[in-house]
Amino acid sequence: MSELTTKTAAELAAAVSTGEISAAEVTRAHLDRIAAVDDRVKAFLHVNPEDALAQARDVDRRRAAGEPLGALAGVPVAVKDLFTTVGAPATCGSKILEGWYPPYESTVTRRLRDAGAVLIGKTNMDEFAMGSSTENSGFGPSHNPWNLAKVPGGSSGGSAAAVAAYEAPLALGTDTGGSIRQPAAVCGIVGVKPTYGGNSRYGVVAFASSLDTPGPFGRTVLDAALLHEAMSGHDPCDSTSIDAPVPPVVEAARHGDVAGLRIGIVSEFSGDGYQPGVMTRFTEAVELLESLGAKVTEISCPHFKYALPAYYLIAPSEVSSNLARFDGMRYGLRTGGGSAEEVMAATRAAGFGAEVKRRIMLGTYALSSGYYDAYYGKAQQVRTLIIRDFDNAFSQVDVLISPPTPTTAFDIGERADDPMAMYLADLCTIPSNLAGNAAISVPIGLAPEDGLPTGLQVMAPPLADDRLYRVAAAVEAAFTERWGHPLLTEAKGLVTA
Amino acid sequence: MTVTYEEALQKYEPVFGLETHVELGTLTKMFCGCITTFGAEPNTHTCPVCLGLPGSLPVVNERAIEYTIKIGLALNCSIAAWCRFARKNYFYPDMPKNFQISQYDEPLCTDGYLDVGIGGKTVRVGIERVHLEEDTGKSLHVGGATGRIQGAEYSLVDYNRAGIPLVEIVTKPVPGTRFLAPEVAKAYVTELRDVLRSLDVSDVRMEEGSMRCDVNTSISLIGSATWGTRTETKNVNSLRSVERAVRSEIERQAWVLDEGGRVIQETRHFHEDSGVTTSGRSKEEAQDYRYFPEPDLVPVAPDADWVESIRASLPELPSARRARLIDSWSLSELDFEALRNAGALEAVEATVAAGASPADARKWWLGELARRANDAGLEVSELPITPADVARIAALVAAGTLNDQLARQVIEGVLDGEGTPDEVVAARGLAVVSDDSALLAAVDEAIAANPDVVARIRDGKVQAAGVLVGAVMKATRGQADAARVKDLILERLA
Repeated sequence: MSELTTKTAAELAAAVSTGEISAAEVTRAHLDRIAAVDDRVKAFLHVNPEDALAQARDVDRRRAAGEPLGALAGVPVAVKDLFTTVGAPATCGSKILEGWYPPYESTVTRRLRDAGAVLIGKTNMDEFAMGSSTENSGFGPSHNPWNLAKVPGGSSGGSAAAVAAYEAPLALGTDTGGSIRQPAAVCGIVGVKPTYGGNSRYGVVAFASSLDTPGPFGRTVLDAALLHEAMSGHDPCDSTSIDAPVPPVVEAARHGDVAGLRIGIVSEFSGDGYQPGVMTRFTEAVELLESLGAKVTEISCPHFKYALPAYYLIAPSEVSSNLARFDGMRYGLRTGGGSAEEVMAATRAAGFGAEVKRRIMLGTYALSSGYYDAYYGKAQQVRTLIIRDFDNAFSQVDVLISPPTPTTAFDIGERADDPMAMYLADLCTIPSNLAGNAAISVPIGLAPEDGLPTGLQVMAPPLADDRLYRVAAAVEAAFTERWGHPLLTEAKGLVTA
Repeated sequence: MTVTYEEALQKYEPVFGLETHVELGTLTKMFCGCITTFGAEPNTHTCPVCLGLPGSLPVVNERAIEYTIKIGLALNCSIAAWCRFARKNYFYPDMPKNFQISQYDEPLCTDGYLDVGIGGKTVRVGIERVHLEEDTGKSLHVGGATGRIQGAEYSLVDYNRAGIPLVEIVTKPVPGTRFLAPEVAKAYVTELRDVLRSLDVSDVRMEEGSMRCDVNTSISLIGSATWGTRTETKNVNSLRSVERAVRSEIERQAWVLDEGGRVIQETRHFHEDSGVTTSGRSKEEAQDYRYFPEPDLVPVAPDADWVESIRASLPELPSARRARLIDSWSLSELDFEALRNAGALEAVEATVAAGASPADARKWWLGELARRANDAGLEVSELPITPADVARIAALVAAGTLNDQLARQVIEGVLDGEGTPDEVVAARGLAVVSDDSALLAAVDEAIAANPDVVARIRDGKVQAAGVLVGAVMKATRGQADAARVKDLILERLA
């Protein structure tokens, strides 16, 4: 493995900016790594080496011409396959979009290109981001670099696996119910769900519009912050984008500190269903935070227990409408003959996988006349109660913490036939999506019983994303010092191969 | 069908309501920057947003909100301080997203009215709501007999229209108009069109589809406490069709009920050629649109000051103009309607502004000019004569330079492109002959040629002089002043 692929994004950007190394060299090293390991990890759905190298050479040309380079100069970024990028397909992990080349660029990836990033490839995901393992991908699952028999989490599992396997230092994901934080936790990397509206959804193929949040993956807190800052900011093309300054996340990531910080443990997120090793590491992290000067208390958020059922009404309702456009009329798969209706039905029957169909049916039912108030309407009321729980908690503490997910990575196939078991993976992450606030998952060690990574979830109020980084950076620094090395270097086999 | 309109209304009371869709005349579409020009090459005014491509997002056109508020204010509606867009979900190939962004239970404007003049009376039509939505694309079904999707060999879709801002104006049910129901329906759409035109928010061309009506009609036995089941007639795309559709549905429903049947709630299609409605697919009635708030848009909360500034900028509305003109021109309601129905309001107003008396302006535009427009198959406003020309002709008549007959010849000259009224008068030599000596020869000739008439006049039948006046006028090619001619004849025979 080339040394270039183990460097952080911050190091690579600095080296490329000074001309110490070329962006082309960096990109080539990562393309080589992808070629060496991705037949086992299967993080990527689409890699175009020529295109990636062309982007890198353009960065080198800009540097040579004395043009200013951005914060991500020459840094490869893996992109979840639901961002539209010109020149590459966007399948969203679905057969129904196989072969579709979007004719326009998402705001987020355009900003990354402007910042000098090299979009190195499109990563695997659960179909239309519905799932927690990538097993719902129409193109086969990705594998966890810590143990190839395990899932990398999901839905942004390909992005998380790519970063954990050193195929890219950074990756883009989207988090609708935990789809960044949960895979980050089970892959032993950093993943952030920014404040809803902090990042543009323009060019992000919708799963559930009111919940979808683009966000960064990195191997370090600072790297995640660099990507976060580069991708964020108001976008007039997204009406739900917030017209406010981007929180100073890079600054916060450089100055980890929890001294005097008031931290609340969400008391609902423990007990039955939580893997002992996950709780062991969580407790250890709490002790660490206290030792660093934080004031830790327990806080009850009584309505969080309704978050999962509310989510499984709101998200599928939006899905049933958002995914209606995939009908074979204009792009993507078209199959069957006869009337337009017959073609639409046959195309959707053939193109969508089981989980997507399940959610379309759930959502169609929840929105239907006579049921709307009892399901969608009620779920929106629960959403309000969850926001109030957060408001109440944040009136007493600066941040909330919990495990990001109740277990470590599970076996591929283990939950594939049990949707409820799969849904529980997002138990702790969903409240932040419903409330639209910011949350991060940062590695805190390996569960003793299986040696797989666990994380700490930190939640902050909307637009206080910088708090996440301040806490996570402090945790990262203290644990790295305690362990003597970054957690990821403990991964056996593939990662160091 | 065996029930006539009159028979139907001896027995039944009709109630109608209208849903009118109006394409707004904004420069760009409702949720993207594509231009809205009509008639472009298919699928050239499109982008990821109006094509509903995966990942695209809508952004509200502020001008469309402003126009809708304008319409709401002109229709005496309350403007919502806060409202939302909603998704109306159904599958159809001309809908890029398979949902339409519309408004559901939170429309921008609610609870207004529009006063409609009919037969000298005023009928107040209640406005339920005015809301904003996006138009769909346009399908062209090729190869079928009916031009509808059923039976077509293939269909082509033009998405240029997809995303054009569309305002839907929904009336409250209008009861109590009885025999006048079809006329009131038409008069409402006419008045609405005039209001929208005065607001300059749409070109309101029914023939191009920028204004389209759905007509709801029901009937119930006279005296019944409840209204009957309504049908919704779509594809009603001219003012005349609005009237015919209501009339046709009244007749059809009366026939159904008289036969012991039951009117079913359904969508019906109006056929311009036959003037009747036929049943649409009853399948459409089973649609559940699964409305829910559009999560890709934030609520619209028009600032109260903004609404007030829009209100302050409203132009004079047709109703106010009507009141003003009736008052300042001393018209009856019927006179006014005659002018409006002739499409001559603007012309008369401009002619008055150019110096003619209201009476003269009306006389010419409703008389000679309306006749000539009718002969030519044109609207009076399309005649190649200006209000200033008409005012000049009226002035020449008032000054005695022209009489009415000569004035008609001047009009003919102007319409034929011979120049201004003065040029036509000069070129054709049309001025009234006011020199008595020139007329006397013609008078004497007429007297000599008509001894029997002369005898009757001398017997005291003075009205017989008209024959001699006619002869003199003919001899002078109309250039004499008829009153003066009559005086000269009577003087000669005295």
